[in-house]
Amino acid sequence: MTTNILEMRNITKTFPGVKALQAVTLDVARGEVHAICGENGAGKSTLMKVLSGVYPFGTYDGDIVFENETVEFRDIRDSEAKGIVIIHQELALSPYLSIAENIFLNNEIKGPFGLIDWNKTNTEASKLLARVGLRENPTTKVLDLGVGKQQLVEIAKALSKRVKLLILDEPTAALNDEDSDHLLDLILSLKGQNITSIIISHKLNEIKKISDTVTVIRDGKAIETIPKLDVTEERIIKDMVGRDLEHRYPDHTPHIGEEILRVENWTAYHPQDPTRIMVDNINVNVKRGEIVGIAGLMGAGRTEFAMSLFGRSYGTKISGRVFKHGVEIKTRTVSEAIANGLAYATEDRKYYGLNLIEDIKRNISMASLSKLERGGLVDDNKEYEVADGYRKSMNIKAPSVLSKVGKLSGGNQQKVVLSKWIYSDPDVLILDEPTRGIDVGAKYEIYTIINRLAAEGKGVIVISSELPELLGICDRIYAIAEGRITGEVPIAEATPETLIKYMTMEKERI
Amino acid sequence: MSDLETKPADDTAAGGRVNPVDNKFTRSLSHVLSDLGKNGIFIALILVVVVFEILTNGVLLRPQNVSNLIVQNGYILILAIGMVMVIVAGHIDLSVGSVAAFVGALSGVFAVSMGLPAWLAIVLSLAIGALVGAWQGFWIAYVGIPAFIVTLAGMLIFRGLTLVVLGNQNIGSFPDFYRALGNGFITDVFGKLQVDPLTIGVAIIAIVVLVVQSIRTRRGRQSYGQAVEPLGWFIAKLVLVTAAVLLFAYALATFKGIPVTLIVLAVLILIYGIVMNRSVFGRHIYAIGGNLHAAELSGIKTRIVTFWLFVNMGFLAGLAGLVFTARLNLAGPKAGDGFELEAISAAFIGGAAVTGGVGTIGGAIVGGLIIGVLNNGMSIMGIGIEWQQAVKGLVLLLAVAFDVYNKRRSGGR
Repeated sequence: MTTNILEMRNITKTFPGVKALQAVTLDVARGEVHAICGENGAGKSTLMKVLSGVYPFGTYDGDIVFENETVEFRDIRDSEAKGIVIIHQELALSPYLSIAENIFLNNEIKGPFGLIDWNKTNTEASKLLARVGLRENPTTKVLDLGVGKQQLVEIAKALSKRVKLLILDEPTAALNDEDSDHLLDLILSLKGQNITSIIISHKLNEIKKISDTVTVIRDGKAIETIPKLDVTEERIIKDMVGRDLEHRYPDHTPHIGEEILRVENWTAYHPQDPTRIMVDNINVNVKRGEIVGIAGLMGAGRTEFAMSLFGRSYGTKISGRVFKHGVEIKTRTVSEAIANGLAYATEDRKYYGLNLIEDIKRNISMASLSKLERGGLVDDNKEYEVADGYRKSMNIKAPSVLSKVGKLSGGNQQKVVLSKWIYSDPDVLILDEPTRGIDVGAKYEIYTIINRLAAEGKGVIVISSELPELLGICDRIYAIAEGRITGEVPIAEATPETLIKYMTMEKERI
Repeated sequence: MSDLETKPADDTAAGGRVNPVDNKFTRSLSHVLSDLGKNGIFIALILVVVVFEILTNGVLLRPQNVSNLIVQNGYILILAIGMVMVIVAGHIDLSVGSVAAFVGALSGVFAVSMGLPAWLAIVLSLAIGALVGAWQGFWIAYVGIPAFIVTLAGMLIFRGLTLVVLGNQNIGSFPDFYRALGNGFITDVFGKLQVDPLTIGVAIIAIVVLVVQSIRTRRGRQSYGQAVEPLGWFIAKLVLVTAAVLLFAYALATFKGIPVTLIVLAVLILIYGIVMNRSVFGRHIYAIGGNLHAAELSGIKTRIVTFWLFVNMGFLAGLAGLVFTARLNLAGPKAGDGFELEAISAAFIGGAAVTGGVGTIGGAIVGGLIIGVLNNGMSIMGIGIEWQQAVKGLVLLLAVAFDVYNKRRSGGR
């Protein structure tokens, strides 16, 4: 008989005009890993914000019982004092401070006269780093660590606060497979140390791998809580979307024509360190109506390749040739690349893709204002009409195209990005992680859009680290590792195993 | 990840089920309220005017004072136009006061010391203003030095060069044509009437153009199936604006007619308003300020836009320098001192965002007018310069605080 460390009873949270949570009940047993799944906007984050005191007591209805005691948190410090620590998707580390300084930020170890005891700080930090399996000097600046290691620093920070219940909001969203595995192992080992975890995740296979219990939330309601033995991907998906997704990928009958784009011997070096080759002699092509995948781990040079190709937006000492319909074209600036029929939808919507403070309309027109120009001025009404057309055809869920993009969900933001590039009327679209951070239902819609583009005779290149996705939608897949193309597989012959073999193929060292 | 994302859609869906009469009324009301919220700055201006009209026992809105308000603040408003554009792009310009002084001093050399024709002196001076802007724009756009640093350096450089040009002396006695920029009035040619018919005529033409244009815009939107404001509110706003313009014109007409400075300003507001709202260049400025990386990856030539933005700022700073010099009939080493702060305040009071991407020409003008009315009103009341400074500082702080509060409440973050 296990006892519950946490019971959230009938939590209801209302924002003006909308019930974000409706009588949600969540029981978490001591020492378990409890996964919470749900589409974006289902209420997962709201629930965790209620739990951690971001939404203070009194702004919601219902009770929180932690370790058999009803608690009323006024802010995060209250919840941390009880041993509840939340690690957000966007890490909250200060890049220019050292690992140790970050771990003990606002929790400093003080010596005489209230001054910081650096020896003790660094020693304690080392011990915590050992617990999370991070071999780094505690005086290293966080800036110099990869995302995976930064995540571990966050967990070490949580441990320093004597955490009892650790909440991780999409911890592996930005990690490659190796770092993800390490993190998941760490969560399991913390479980051995009697630390309970709640993990919010979109990745169903990892949920299956580590969680003891899964609670699915949809439309602000807890749909069901499933014990480990009964967890299947199909059941979770069904709960999440409220319907059976017969196929997670829409049917796609390719009509592949002649070659549209060919890239030859594409090479680029690191912008700050011109001796480091990041894109190494890449040769790829895409045909009319074809969906080509580029599979690679994070850091393999996928984005670097795409961005260096798209108007030299990344890297230095770029060389190589690009041919469209057999004729050499130049892509030295982004506007030249666009004029030559290329489009690149970034993997990082918020940083590189959208103007979040602007409305949908102006985001869609941003790359093609010249099309709306009449007598030197932008035709507002035409712009509205165009944007509204995309709102309908792409099923962008917003009251009107005058809504600010920053207020949309990830899936709808991605549809705005795609609309922007489709409106620029390219021949080849490069989509970098087009479904990152968006929920299952919206993913399906994005795949449908990709199919539609191919059916219209465009060439589509999809860069992704999710192999099932590439296998589900592509006609042909390249694998990339250490900046080189290490394999090319037609879909009929592609399996996860072959792709992973190519994706992890290292250069021969001399 | 936002949990609120479907809220607006839900709201409209829910609205559809409500009793239609109620719904229409509440929708109109909420439209009016949201409009008032968006145009809070206009209401603030009206409040400030009313308060000082009372505090000064009606002196504020006397014809002569209304005319003075424009002429005294013209150069700040000219600077505010350029400044809000720079701020929208995510930059700042601290050098405009020094650049204004520098160009004013050079115009003195051209028009007085060298005795060039006034028009040539003006053209040359404006070209030099643009060149100064190009110099700063080069460092900001192509070398990548933050505008704060470049223009802080520019503030020192051009103040220093002003002293070099003037040799620590004032230049005065400008030709009449030049002086008209700051002191001239256009009045009717037929002789002295009590109320200048030309001024009233121009005002009426302006109103007609405004009304026709508003109706055309509204019709255009409707024909594309866009939501427009309720007809009653649309008419009410036009009536209010018409009344304000007529009153303003009447005040000018009973004094000396239309100040040349006002004509310069009106032309600038019209041109730059269109540039910011409707031109591709203006759109690119907003895109750059909203998200530089996204703008770059959308094919916007961000460096070129930034460069021209500062060329334009230099040009406007030069123009402001000319208007100021013309008004004083004197080019002095202290000219333009603190102008940059008033122009920056005007832009921020007018709703520009410190982080870039947000701001309008109209807002900056109204912000500048608020500062102008504060200056003028407090001077009439005999309040010393020390308190004027303190009050203006407080108003800036409160205006931006109000803006931040508003954004938070609307859930922007």
